[in-house]
Amino acid sequence: MHVPDGFLNAGVSVATGVVSAGGIGFSLVRAKESLSDRLAPMAGLVAAFVFAVQMLNFPVAAGTSGHLLGGALACIMVGPWAGTIAVAIVLVVQALLFADGGLTALGTNVLLISIIPGWGGLAIFLGLRKLLPSNRGSVVAASFVAALLSVVIAAFAFVVLYAVGGTGNAPVSTVLAAMLSVHVLVGLGEGLITALTVGAVVSVRPDLVYGAQDLVPDLAIGPDVRRGVVTR
Amino acid sequence: MTRTGLTAVVVGGLIVAGGLAFFISPLASSSPDGLERVATDEGFIDTAQDHDLADGPLADYGVQGVDDESLSTGLSGIIGVAITFGIALVLFGIFHSRRDGSRAEPPDARSHATG
Repeated sequence: MHVPDGFLNAGVSVATGVVSAGGIGFSLVRAKESLSDRLAPMAGLVAAFVFAVQMLNFPVAAGTSGHLLGGALACIMVGPWAGTIAVAIVLVVQALLFADGGLTALGTNVLLISIIPGWGGLAIFLGLRKLLPSNRGSVVAASFVAALLSVVIAAFAFVVLYAVGGTGNAPVSTVLAAMLSVHVLVGLGEGLITALTVGAVVSVRPDLVYGAQDLVPDLAIGPDVRRGVVTR
Repeated sequence: MTRTGLTAVVVGGLIVAGGLAFFISPLASSSPDGLERVATDEGFIDTAQDHDLADGPLADYGVQGVDDESLSTGLSGIIGVAITFGIALVLFGIFHSRRDGSRAEPPDARSHATG
């Protein structure tokens, strides 16, 4: 999904750069307010994990691969502010050191890989959790669906940018159909990886997962114990 | 039954991330990703420009000078995981220590994160 330089014109690149700078700036302000002792190492872990798993392209169809975006995963794990910052760090490292994702497209990539799937995915996740029973299975199921849809939403967002300022000549409708069909498949992988990862952490420390903090660990049966869990 | 500590979760997670980056990334599919596939099929892949930093020492997930392709990819992955974790830890650590002072922090509280 990393957009190279040249796919989108200068106007769209500048506009997405401004929007992404605003989104990340807002996230920095909000993250400062909510950061706790344990969130800093968890946000670092999420950034490192997303970097690693983004390298793992999996086949989705003949001659086509996909990889984790990680926006939804990060926001479910550490919340909407630290989550978008963590994935933005990954994208900056990739663009500057690994020549992955164009430099003028950095704002576009932060929007399409961090902010839109992150906030969109988390909104879907939280909506599903309200509908589902409050248990670990629901967290895992909601993670799967939210992550899957977050990729489809990001693919749709790319097509919107292409419609406004794409440099190619292909009609928007055919680009839309192609992007959505392939990214439903990529989304299945995203959903699977996100559900496995969130499920693994929830199984040992649900209190460390932003989207599962309401689930009290089995051993925390009294208010004193619960307070102990929350503070340390 | 004891609760898994935060440090154990973070260290365990980093080991998983490092293992995936080093051992599994060389096995990843090298086919074009979804966007590249669509751009090729729809005829606008040629609008992509070469990356300005395509000659960097880690460009395209390889370590310049390491000839073994799998080793080169794996090493670049480990380096990327370490750099990403380091930047995030420093950034969030600075945040945390500069938060308006409801909590007294020892003066060297973030030296372990920055150093």
